[in-house]
Amino acid sequence: MTPVEPQTMPHDLPVGLRVENMQLGWNGRSLVEGLTFEALPQAWTCLLGESGVGKSTLLRTIADLIAPHPTTQITGSDGKDLAGRIAYMAQQDLLLPWLSATENVALGARLRGEQPDFTTARRLLERTGIVERADARPGEMSGGERQRVALARTLMEERPVVLMDEPFSALDAITRTQLQDLAFELLQSRTVLMVTHDPFEALRLGQSIHILRAGANGDHKPIIPPGTPLRDPTDPSLRQNYHAIMFALSHRTGAAE
Amino acid sequence: MKFLRPLVVFLGLLIVWHLVVTFLNMPAFILPSPKSVILVAMARADTLLGHAAVTLAEILLGLLFGTLFGIASALFMAYFRPARSWLLPVLVVSQAIPVFTLAPVLVLWFGYGMAPKVAMATLIIYFPVTAAFYDGLRRTETGWVDLARTMGASKAAILRQIRIPAALPAFASGLRVAAAVAPIGAVVGEWVGASAGLGYYMLLMNGRVQTDAMFAALFVLAIMAVCIYFLIDLALRRLITWQTEADPASSF
Repeated sequence: MTPVEPQTMPHDLPVGLRVENMQLGWNGRSLVEGLTFEALPQAWTCLLGESGVGKSTLLRTIADLIAPHPTTQITGSDGKDLAGRIAYMAQQDLLLPWLSATENVALGARLRGEQPDFTTARRLLERTGIVERADARPGEMSGGERQRVALARTLMEERPVVLMDEPFSALDAITRTQLQDLAFELLQSRTVLMVTHDPFEALRLGQSIHILRAGANGDHKPIIPPGTPLRDPTDPSLRQNYHAIMFALSHRTGAAE
Repeated sequence: MKFLRPLVVFLGLLIVWHLVVTFLNMPAFILPSPKSVILVAMARADTLLGHAAVTLAEILLGLLFGTLFGIASALFMAYFRPARSWLLPVLVVSQAIPVFTLAPVLVLWFGYGMAPKVAMATLIIYFPVTAAFYDGLRRTETGWVDLARTMGASKAAILRQIRIPAALPAFASGLRVAAAVAPIGAVVGEWVGASAGLGYYMLLMNGRVQTDAMFAALFVLAIMAVCIYFLIDLALRRLITWQTEADPASSF
């Protein structure tokens, strides 16, 4: 892991994300080859793919949790390394059960040995609409409430790039829509790369949508639905894009079998 | 009702015991009646309490040292990866040798005082504490560690802020098991060679065919063991109010 370097560059400037010639494998088996894509700064980019293709591995590689394959190049749109500029939000809320909501939001400072800023933490809990549970422990909260706390924790880190791994998939339909709206509103100044398995979620939130396929991804092109997010996924004008996504998801390239 | 139930069970057992002694005409040196045991316990309260204090001190010191060594070993193995492949076999082998067979050796080395009993209790407590705590440290939710790493946490900070608190419920299970077995170590140590303690007193009374006094000592020991277990359980429940995961051993 690369330690966060001292402020040699402004860590909060907007920055996009560029991935070139990415290879993903697992247990020595190659899953994805030659993937190149870009996540535009201050926009939501959604990533879909059949399960097991390596979507989470891709995010973990970008987050520098897994060493990337030597051919893979991951840089910011400013051409510089992204270390220390990425926040990560997973499918599970990953709240620590022994800390209160406020303490969970301020976790980053605690882990870096800094003084936690509980005032800001509470203000962010207010913005995510959960400040009345500020002193509650995760065990006393519902799934939706916990994801709100996790969202506040992500905001607290003030990183320009946010990686999300199916953050809303464990929630019921209503809560999911509410949290999508909230996250979209609060993360508007960030570059968001979100993995999802839900085409509707991708159509709703994604400025551009990328389909990750097993095998060679050399001919990879993003799907860019008309209009700007938040879109209404039931809008008839999105039907074509929906079919394009479903088609891409169900047809393998087969090149690397 | 919650507090009444064990009391009812206890009184029920006393009645069954009394009936068995009365109707089967048991000789008192084989099975004394509950009444005679209670009378002896009251008559010799001072002696019993004196021996109980010795045994209690041995158990508590054993718990203290066993827990401290256990925590240190588990942390060492969790933090230094190479240490685990060296220490783990030693730990398993140490459990393959029945601790009771070590008692004579320990008495030989440490004499007839409290030291060998404390060593016995320490040995018997060390394993469950180490195994449970180490297991807890090893099975940290990987998502938490991933998150901490993206936040720029050092390995030491992850251990201190995430892995140790996450392992505490498992550690508590180990300590509960340890609290339940701790008296065994002390008493076995006393059987092999001692001049004080409840185990010594039981053996002495057995030799003099004062079975009722032996039962009285046994009772004091049982009450003490139950109290230690429940006090530790209570303290752990107060201190560790979260569950990291479904913990099968916590119902022990």
